[in-house]
Amino acid sequence: MLEIRSLSLVQDGDTCLDDVSIRFEPGQLTTLLGRTLAGKTSLMRAIAGLVQPDAGSIALDGTDWLGLPPWRRPVAMVTQQFINYPHLSVLDNVAFPLLRRGVARDEARDRARDMLGRVGLADFTDRRPGRLSGGQQQRVAIARALVKKAPVLLLDEPFVNLDYKLREGLREELIDILTAETGTMVVYASTDPREALQMGDRVVLLSEGRVVQAGPPRTVYGAPVSVAAAQVVSDPPINLLELDVAEEGAEVTGLGAVTPADLGRALPPGRYTLGLRAHDLRLGGPHAAHVALTEVSGSETVTHLVLAGQNLVMLERTVTEHALGATIGIGLDLTRARVFDATGTLVPNGADHG
Amino acid sequence: MKHTSYLALKYLVVLAWSAFVVFPFLWMLSTSFKSANGVTGGATWLPWLQYEPSTAGWSALFGGPGGVNILRPYLNSVIVTLSASALSLVLGTLAAYGLSRFTFRAGPVRNGDITFFFISQRIMPPIVLAIPFFLMLKTLGLLDTLTGLILVYIALLLPIAVWVMVDFFNSVPRGLDEMAWMDGCTPVVTFLRVILPNAMPGLVVAGMFCLIFGWNDFFFAFTLTFTKVQLLPVSIVALNSSVTPWWALSAAAIVSVAPLAVLAFVVERFLSRGGLAGAVR
Repeated sequence: MLEIRSLSLVQDGDTCLDDVSIRFEPGQLTTLLGRTLAGKTSLMRAIAGLVQPDAGSIALDGTDWLGLPPWRRPVAMVTQQFINYPHLSVLDNVAFPLLRRGVARDEARDRARDMLGRVGLADFTDRRPGRLSGGQQQRVAIARALVKKAPVLLLDEPFVNLDYKLREGLREELIDILTAETGTMVVYASTDPREALQMGDRVVLLSEGRVVQAGPPRTVYGAPVSVAAAQVVSDPPINLLELDVAEEGAEVTGLGAVTPADLGRALPPGRYTLGLRAHDLRLGGPHAAHVALTEVSGSETVTHLVLAGQNLVMLERTVTEHALGATIGIGLDLTRARVFDATGTLVPNGADHG
Repeated sequence: MKHTSYLALKYLVVLAWSAFVVFPFLWMLSTSFKSANGVTGGATWLPWLQYEPSTAGWSALFGGPGGVNILRPYLNSVIVTLSASALSLVLGTLAAYGLSRFTFRAGPVRNGDITFFFISQRIMPPIVLAIPFFLMLKTLGLLDTLTGLILVYIALLLPIAVWVMVDFFNSVPRGLDEMAWMDGCTPVVTFLRVILPNAMPGLVVAGMFCLIFGWNDFFFAFTLTFTKVQLLPVSIVALNSSVTPWWALSAAAIVSVAPLAVLAFVVERFLSRGGLAGAVR
């Protein structure tokens, strides 16, 4: 088990990691989900020993890691950039870490050949990485990371620089390969909530260098503990609406008065934020909104709307072309909204809907 | 038809350029086989071809009448240039890797300032360095010795090696070092096994610069030696007398330029094989 406790890292005056504590279990794939500069890469680099944290501890099965240089840590890493050794053939690239660890040359090359077969590069062993496509280069990097059989495998947005189709394909292949590897702690960083929820046994949400939530994907998606967590885990972005509850009634900014029945719950007086997912807005309803942008993606339509000065996003599971600037009627299912108090913390309702 | 004309024009241009480049060498070659009369008298009909061949120029290079023996100076030049270039390359590459990969801070001084400090040695006119070098070698008892010259040449060539190699190492992504660390390489092994092979084009370029500058230097070879040690450029000048011996000077110029021509040929082969891909930015 890899245990990270109260890890903090400040670089050039910027807080990269702030009191981060996470446990990684053997055989588990943990997804680090967060926006750019959320601290995902910093955390991975700290685990790999490429940066020295300012405070906290990292321990593998109780053994302190902070005193170990990167070349002594049993870690493998694949980065966003396709990093391979340009002067070595594909086969020698994959055999390289084994040779450095004292594996006999013939055995190292056999194991490398076997791994290259598993990532679909059996026919490219003699080529230099520079003569491969981007996807193939990243497969070489993945093969080199996997061949070591390191107990900790760090995958830092490995497919982000590849085109959509290739990314989907490689992700599925990687899942197949990883499920065959037993006992490896896999840490996968992503900015894409869908990818994170699809891949991980466990999701850790990071925002501004802090862990905002960790848990199984369904729990994290269904009940984000804070506004920050809801924003990180929602794609398309979650709609945030201001709710003012007083003794005489409640009002949602831009929508007008609402009743406890509209919200599906009664709330004590105070200011709240409602988090309403894009698919909880529907076409056809009492609220007039202006179409600011329509994005058609596959069989879905994401429409950016302006309702009483507020920006909203609506997801339809069909292809609908709304004219730019048109006024359309929309409905909001507020009973499905997550309610956050004035501090941005989730007010539980017992519901765990999608 | 249009294609043929274009091809003909292309070859014409290439031929003209080749003639422009090769002609001085051919002139030098023919002059080296002429006697004094052959050089000054001129030809009746065919310039550069019509003359009485003579080996006087070449024999002058090997201790013949009116000449000096350039064998020893030649060997000295080879020793000094190769030693100084090799050592400069080793030291310069190590310094450049350090400057490229690690952050140095001493008061207001940063990595860029240190790199500039190295190259600033070459900005000064050589005469500024001559007196300090002379005094230092004198104090060390190394005046008029090969060791003294090698040390001075290292001081002159090191900035070139550092300057060229810093840029090359900067162009090798840092991620490569980090990946090598995670693959089990210590920093020294990373440098030797991963970074250096990828900086090979830079090494060739830096090495070439060092060899050319070292081989062609006359000024320091002249000011820091007397009688015991002489380098090739100095011995060639020693051929001169009241009557300029063009035949001997031409022969000397050919033997002097020959190693650099061979070097250029070898590097050109390397270049055409793609060995220097990305080397020239």
